[in-house]
Amino acid sequence: MDLGTIIWNTVALFLTLCIFSFLYKDNPFYKFAEHLVVGVSAGYFAIILYFNGFIPKVWEPVTQKGEWWYLLPTILGMMTWARFSKKWSWISRFAIAFYMGIAVGVAIPLEMQQRVIKQLHATMLPVHFTNIQGVWNLLIMLGVLCGLIYFFFSMGHKGVVGGAARLGIWILMIGFGAGFGLTVMGRISLLADRITEIHNWYLMVTKALWGF
Amino acid sequence: MRRQLPIIIVFVSGAFMAIQYFIPHDAGVFFYEYGLDWIIVIGIFAMLLGIWSLFKVQLDKVVKRSPGWGYSVVALGGLFFMLIGGPLWGIEEGTPFMQVFWYIYTPIQATMFSLLAFYIASAAYRAFRARTVLATILLLTAMVIMLRLIPLGPISGSNQKLATWILMVPSMAANRAILIGIGLGIVATCLKIILGIERAYMGHD
Repeated sequence: MDLGTIIWNTVALFLTLCIFSFLYKDNPFYKFAEHLVVGVSAGYFAIILYFNGFIPKVWEPVTQKGEWWYLLPTILGMMTWARFSKKWSWISRFAIAFYMGIAVGVAIPLEMQQRVIKQLHATMLPVHFTNIQGVWNLLIMLGVLCGLIYFFFSMGHKGVVGGAARLGIWILMIGFGAGFGLTVMGRISLLADRITEIHNWYLMVTKALWGF
Repeated sequence: MRRQLPIIIVFVSGAFMAIQYFIPHDAGVFFYEYGLDWIIVIGIFAMLLGIWSLFKVQLDKVVKRSPGWGYSVVALGGLFFMLIGGPLWGIEEGTPFMQVFWYIYTPIQATMFSLLAFYIASAAYRAFRARTVLATILLLTAMVIMLRLIPLGPISGSNQKLATWILMVPSMAANRAILIGIGLGIVATCLKIILGIERAYMGHD
């Protein structure tokens, strides 16, 4: 185990304990780690975007392949900086307009395909009473339908629609409960991971210092 | 022009990108991929806007010696270390740039999320008190899901079967209803933007 690894792991342990110190109350150690991660994450993602976005999408096409038209989005991107000036901030709207137009245009068919049609397709299950799965398929179909009726406010939730909406909110509550339970388990898993990291640091340091 | 032209740009580019999805032609694929590159490049430059904003806010605190200005020095230090270190050492594994990512960024992020394990428990206590039938359903479902991996003696098997059934039948139905609702909501919002009904993205004069 080299010294560099031990130092880096000790830094990670210190920062982990800094964040855990918030369980007591807000304190300078927590604020230190919090501000550090803000600066580091902003710098990290800026550099990753530079190497994985700007270089392959702008620099290489323009300088190596002669695809000059990649300068157009570059100019548009620079137009977003007009936001700094109150007088010229309207220029940034053109860049944002291109961004919005392309993004929403791509999103419409993809969202319909991925979220709506695929989910509806998966819900159209064979309903039968030869075994219990057929009954569960019917329950899934009814659950989806009633859940959607609950979110449908163009009709008053009265009579049959009201009954379906009532069943819908029951189904949704089960979904929210399951979602909450899974979230808690995920956080507990992360917590266990951090505790394991602390234990691993202890083992690493004792081995480096005393050889066991 | 300042307000009308952006609306026309959104309409033309949005309608084109939506329609080309249904036209299987090489030209359509080219413009689709080129359009995606456009939003990536615009996004890169827009991110610089955010970095500058972060820099300015933190620098102002340091210059004015505002309360907690020392923490702003830490944030600026982290920012400049990464901004200078990335181009200087590269972004390959083992470089100081990536070491900072693995030993500073990752543990802080993971620990922050793990802290929620504690706060989510206290929030659950307040939210889950079984005052109504619906709150009771939520509470019981969450309990069954949370305890499904815990050894519970003779009822372990039954609890696991019940948890699996909840996840595969009613919870799946609820998630599908929510996903379909989200999908329809996104499509409706996108149409409002393309048609110029929703214009919040333009800001104010």
